[in-house]
Amino acid sequence: MPYYESVFIARQDISSAQVDQLTDQFAEIVTTGGGEIKKREYWGLRSLAYRIKKNRKGHYVLFNLEAPSAAISEMERIMRLNEDILRYLTIKVDALEEGPSVMMQAKSDRDRGRRGDRFGDRGDRGDRGDRGDRGDRGDRGDRGDRRPRDGEREEQGE
Amino acid sequence: MSQLQIARAAVRRPFMRRRKSCPFSGQSAPAIDYKDTKLLSRFVSERGKIVPSRITAVSAKKQREMARAIKRARFLALLPYVLK
Repeated sequence: MPYYESVFIARQDISSAQVDQLTDQFAEIVTTGGGEIKKREYWGLRSLAYRIKKNRKGHYVLFNLEAPSAAISEMERIMRLNEDILRYLTIKVDALEEGPSVMMQAKSDRDRGRRGDRFGDRGDRGDRGDRGDRGDRGDRGDRGDRRPRDGEREEQGE
Repeated sequence: MSQLQIARAAVRRPFMRRRKSCPFSGQSAPAIDYKDTKLLSRFVSERGKIVPSRITAVSAKKQREMARAIKRARFLALLPYVLK
């Protein structure tokens, strides 16, 4: 059976208990369809990068599934019908990742507030700044062409 | 002697930059994942556009993979389509 990763976003107004209920509902659809839930993660109420159906926030839930395609399409159909679901994305993957996903790791790091990690993060940001400079360098790449032009000018002078 | 050579090279090519290697190839390279917004946001401009690989030095194969991941993250509202 193929592996899938599925994320859905639920409306911000519903409680986390209701999200749990919804998650159970979808999990049941998959299991009755002959699939298996390998992992489920609740990322919490996250703010969305843009508004979806007038919502600025949403409850994110991730599933790692091993299920036949019929069970997946049934789950997606139910998600489409459910008005509390803002959006879902199911992706077929070659292998399911072990352990908590990046999102949960980031969350636990933030909760712990470990200094070492924080410093590490800042190092990364520094690299990003350099790339910003490279953006300007993109234009300078064109200037690189100028050198031959200088040569041309010299030739013209001669 | 070697110092002189370096100095001469610097004079000849004032804007020469050493070729940067792809940040996603090598042993300690991070895996490209649409859920990793912190990593992906480094390859997005201030306006929210995907930065071309000639600037970030990402290899063509990894750039395609990363563009796909960014588009997935955008769909899930983890990354914005446009900023400002």
